[in-house]
Amino acid sequence: MTSVAEQTDSRAGTPAPQPGSARRATAWARRAPLLPALIFMIVVTQLPFVATLVISFMDWNAYYPEERGFAGFDNFVRVFTDINMRDAVWTTILLTAGVVLISLLLGLGIALLLDRKFRGRGAVRTMMIAPFLVVPVAAALLWKHALYNPEYGLFNGALTWIWGLFGADPPQPDWISNMPLWSVIFALVWQWTPFMMLILLAGLQGRPLDVIEAARIDGASTWQIFRSMTLPHLRQYLELGALLGSIYIVQNFDAVFTITSGGLGTANLPYTIYTIFYNAHDYGRASAAAVIVVIGTILIATLALRTVSSLFREESGR
Amino acid sequence: MSVNASVTDTGPVPATRDERGAPVKKRRERGGVWLTLLAWVTGILFVLPVAWMVLTSFHSEADAAQNPPAVFAPLTLEGYREFFSGGASPWPPLLNSLTASLVSTLLVLLLSFPAAYALSIKPVKKWTDVLFFFLSTKMLPVVAGLLPLYLFAQNTGLLDNIWLLIVFYTSMNLPIAVWMMRSFLSEVPVEMLEAAAMDGAGLTRTLRSVIAPVVLPGIAATALICFIFSWNELLFARVLTATVAETAPVFLTSFVTSQGLFLAQLCAAAFVVSLPVLVAGFAAQDKLVQGLSLGSVK
Repeated sequence: MTSVAEQTDSRAGTPAPQPGSARRATAWARRAPLLPALIFMIVVTQLPFVATLVISFMDWNAYYPEERGFAGFDNFVRVFTDINMRDAVWTTILLTAGVVLISLLLGLGIALLLDRKFRGRGAVRTMMIAPFLVVPVAAALLWKHALYNPEYGLFNGALTWIWGLFGADPPQPDWISNMPLWSVIFALVWQWTPFMMLILLAGLQGRPLDVIEAARIDGASTWQIFRSMTLPHLRQYLELGALLGSIYIVQNFDAVFTITSGGLGTANLPYTIYTIFYNAHDYGRASAAAVIVVIGTILIATLALRTVSSLFREESGR
Repeated sequence: MSVNASVTDTGPVPATRDERGAPVKKRRERGGVWLTLLAWVTGILFVLPVAWMVLTSFHSEADAAQNPPAVFAPLTLEGYREFFSGGASPWPPLLNSLTASLVSTLLVLLLSFPAAYALSIKPVKKWTDVLFFFLSTKMLPVVAGLLPLYLFAQNTGLLDNIWLLIVFYTSMNLPIAVWMMRSFLSEVPVEMLEAAAMDGAGLTRTLRSVIAPVVLPGIAATALICFIFSWNELLFARVLTATVAETAPVFLTSFVTSQGLFLAQLCAAAFVVSLPVLVAGFAAQDKLVQGLSLGSVK
């Protein structure tokens, strides 16, 4: 994202004074390779949103096809007054913030560990990436059945084993029932920490090492160097990780669907909209909810992007 | 070590003392053993669930359901046999996933390369706006486009048709590919392009002998990442396909509710379905971040 602004000048300027028609022809020649992709994206991603917007003002339930008609703001009122929707908004915020913050902190710690040279660094890095490369549904299934299961899951198995060493009766909690939202959060943290770690590691390795060496020679402690040199440098990467993580995790469907099937207060917005549409077949209400989610996303994304770019400007202006 | 340190007087030195180089290095080395150990333990903890999945997939169902876990139980291919020939065959879904991922990746490359060219080598006016338009489509929640696509598919008879998924996956990955490709193409030195133009090299020649050598590894990485995202996708595949065009992740959802002793089979299934992604991911390891951060982190 940062490299975009810097390159604006180097290539855009090809000032060859030409007569109007020839200039227009060159402009179109330049545009031509772009058009297929642009038109494709507009048709496949923008038209459906327009359709969603239209349907959101309609009374349309697939179970009652003859009652289809204009509904005004009814769907929106129903969405706003629906307690499940409000819970879903809250769940989405908790889930996203929880996963992003925890995986960002863990990722930072691990990136710092991997920034040193040590024996087997490549192997540890490869091991760290593995969770991210398990298909999300498979990962969620793995956590649900092979790890969380109260009878034969690895967690309770490990508890039995450890308590067995002392000859005591092991606790065998039912992880998913006891803490449903945290179960989903932990599984997602496991998958997303590698992503944060990779971004932050890339940031760490772009640090100016000579300055840090100079600070060390001047007697700065490791903590001082971390606080006043590494962290400010990483800020941009932390923000990028948080922004991208939020974009991907706000939309999470796989983990919620697989681990809890949206039960026990874990239904987030994508899952809730999916059920309104897929199970209740209430197309109007599902669309209204989708429109609200889109507006919310646009607000948050704009805010996030503005923060990132203003922070970036602030930093480079210094 | 502590004895040695007290003798040579290079042990814990206050940070303020002006003792250059040596004592600081010594202190770092001692902590280093613990940090190395910590790094290893963390790595092992993170890979443990994956390792457990692979190990369990080679256990018998009875051993897989042991508590405490039967780590050293005899290995068997029972789980794989059950997965491949027990109930519904996983081959059609796997082949569907492969088709959808490969064809959509190919389409993405065909569409994104010219687009990225028009955004970097010979940029159009306001090319940053176009670039951010592509990015913005990635920020909009996909669930909001789900219903219209479903209704469209229903009315055109495209429901349960793999081509609909291919088109959707192409649109899902195109922004990522455009951003990645653009960042790779902008690594082509301007001087080289100018020199080629000066020598009278045409478009094909410039592409082949100037641009291709620089961007081919990047194109490969882009392809691998698009492949991974298409292969992983669940929500749309679940809504838009049924028995014919079902993909591998949809097939996996049949394991959501437990069915007696099925853990070994589940682990075998999860491993088989994840294998292409693990292979592609490790192959693209170095470019993984660049792809996921849309080319903004190198």
